[in-house]
Amino acid sequence: MENNSVPKKRPFSLQLDLSKFEPATEEEKRQQDVMSKSTTFFRDGMRRLLKNPLAVASLIVLLLVIATIVIAPMIVPYGYEEILSVNGRRDKGAKNLTPFEYSTAEKKYIAQGNSRFPHIFGTDEQCRDYFIRVVYGARVSLFVGFFASIIVLIIGMLIGSISGYVGGRVDLIIMRIVDIIYSLPDMLMVILLSVVLKEVLTFKTGSVLASLGTNMISMFIVFGALYWVGMCRLIRGQILSIRENDYVLAAKSIGAGSARIIRKHILPNCLSVIIISTALQIPSAIFTESYLSFIGLGVSAPMPSLGSLANAARQGLQSYPYKLIFPAAAICLIVLSLNLLGDGMRDAFDPKLRR
Amino acid sequence: MTNLLDVEHLKQYFPIRTGFAKTTPLKAVDDISFSIRHGETLGLVGESGCGKTTVGRSVLRLYEPTDGKVYFEGTEITRSNIKSMRRQMQMVFQDPYSSLNPRMTVEDIIGEPLDVHRMYSNSKERREKILNLMELVGLNAEHATRYAHEFSGGQRQRIGIARALAVNPKFIVCDEPVSALDVSIQAQVINMFEELQDKLGVAYLFIAHDLLVVRHISNRIAVMYLGHMVELADSDELMDHPIHPYTESLLSAVPIPDPETARHKQRIVLEGDVPSPLNMPTGCPFRTRCRYATAKCAEEMPDFTDRGNGHFVACHVK
Ligand SMILES: Nc1ncnc2c1ncn2[C@@H]1O[C@H](COP(=O)(O)OP(=O)(O)O)[C@@H](O)[C@H]1O
Ligand code: SF4
Ligand SMILES: [Mg+2]
Repeated sequence: MENNSVPKKRPFSLQLDLSKFEPATEEEKRQQDVMSKSTTFFRDGMRRLLKNPLAVASLIVLLLVIATIVIAPMIVPYGYEEILSVNGRRDKGAKNLTPFEYSTAEKKYIAQGNSRFPHIFGTDEQCRDYFIRVVYGARVSLFVGFFASIIVLIIGMLIGSISGYVGGRVDLIIMRIVDIIYSLPDMLMVILLSVVLKEVLTFKTGSVLASLGTNMISMFIVFGALYWVGMCRLIRGQILSIRENDYVLAAKSIGAGSARIIRKHILPNCLSVIIISTALQIPSAIFTESYLSFIGLGVSAPMPSLGSLANAARQGLQSYPYKLIFPAAAICLIVLSLNLLGDGMRDAFDPKLRR
Repeated sequence: MTNLLDVEHLKQYFPIRTGFAKTTPLKAVDDISFSIRHGETLGLVGESGCGKTTVGRSVLRLYEPTDGKVYFEGTEITRSNIKSMRRQMQMVFQDPYSSLNPRMTVEDIIGEPLDVHRMYSNSKERREKILNLMELVGLNAEHATRYAHEFSGGQRQRIGIARALAVNPKFIVCDEPVSALDVSIQAQVINMFEELQDKLGVAYLFIAHDLLVVRHISNRIAVMYLGHMVELADSDELMDHPIHPYTESLLSAVPIPDPETARHKQRIVLEGDVPSPLNMPTGCPFRTRCRYATAKCAEEMPDFTDRGNGHFVACHVK
């Protein structure tokens, strides 16, 4: 190819008669340029979320629940393990009170012109204020749910992104391990692990871990060991599919390195899926926590949790049914609204549902 | 004066698992050689799946080629100098949807090459460069802060072109840049490619499966079949005097505007399917569908030879 002169091009062969067209006026051009108001991805998603009545209702319920569990302990003058007393003397009559009922000693105390905070949910058989116990139970449940999900997220994200990005043999081995954990009957494993860990774990008294309680720690370990697999699979799948997009190739052709590609292209595009599935993980962790506490493997007494409260309420079920209803209703309310909110978030933020 | 780009015996095989612990090479591109001159457009046509995209990506080292060499202005492209070469060679992608990151604004998409190669000293200069590029491809400056999903296919393709132009490349691989667009938009975008070439002197490897599009923009045209190049010539020469039987059949399918000529034209309809690239025919890759095929075609691969005036053909008979 020694001839370097560039040959002539052919005239355009599409049959368009340009004389039939007239140039657009400035006005028409401007109309073309007017686009809908620019929205960021986040604002756009929030707008969709706020249009979903179920999601908004759940959001409000959740905010109310959170406000209650934050504020109530400041207002209610009873502690969750405090056995009620009047004027420094143990109030033996304040046992199994119904909601808003006062014991004889309290009535006398009020008659003397003092004021006494009402027992909104009544009291339990050990003369403790039931409302504050339910509030603390909800606190514990939400705390466990939230942190268990974060643990699951961290482990799942780390292993999942290694599996997806490195690929090859590493991916193969990780995925087989995931398959094995997936195939275990999870409730059985949870129970076995909790039983074993409860016996094995001991902490120095006074340390942070000890104050959390062995049961709580073993619960986190159980979640971390068993439930990361779902998150891991999800994130691996996300990375594999995002990697196939041309914009990753485009970044490569520009000369961008792996670090930049992961940071700028892969992570931002799987972020919404990660957040949504973490949000959906919380109610399931709460549910498992309640379940474990119900069968006596959860948080240790006297720390209440919604599950252990429900369990304790079983004994007097016929005489005091409300003792089961309050914690059970709280579990339902929290789990349901978290689930609905998670669903709403998925509908609002999942990029696959729109184009 | 050397050529801008010389591709010599480029091969790209993909290992495909065909059984347990067994892989067969898929010969997506098999022994292709061509050159591109400064400021020239080389059209690359062929049925879908014949390896056009793979040629473009291997030339740009987005895939590590199995074999063969690529020279850019006389310098061989290797793993070590590829990073600096990326400032010279760019790509425009086929799919205007998946080629733009939905989480980035237009400004950041066009600015990414500038960021990667640190081509500005302050953010004002960066912004200026981006706005210049946007103007160059006919985008409104007000659109800089918008996200890609807010644009139509044609506008998205313009964003992709602006991104490719950001590093001032001398060579751009355009991988079917208009085939995902409406016909009316196609003409606009193609005209823009031509204008940009006139202004900037950039050379294109312009891939398309449509001869009509390619003949309009190309100085020379290359025809591919099953990972092989079967014919390469000046576009007029190729259009008027095709030699290879496959090019002949492609051209016979192109609509002719003049009804008088069209009436006398004979349409060659190819029989059978394209063979799988995993299971290539022996000898000439086109022989299973060629009406001129002889015994020799099944035995020997035809050489890609110059038939005069830079008209290359790979065929035993014609
Ligand atoms: N990354 C890859 N891995 C395996 N096979 C591939 C890959 N890319 C392309 N191929 C195969 O190579 C052949 C050519 O593909 P491609 O270059 O995309 O064709 P075209 O762009 O001409 O339609 C096809 O058979 C395709 O399946
Ligand atoms: S070499 Fe033979 S089979 Fe191949 S195109 Fe020519 S005539 Fe047809
Ligand atoms: Mg292609």
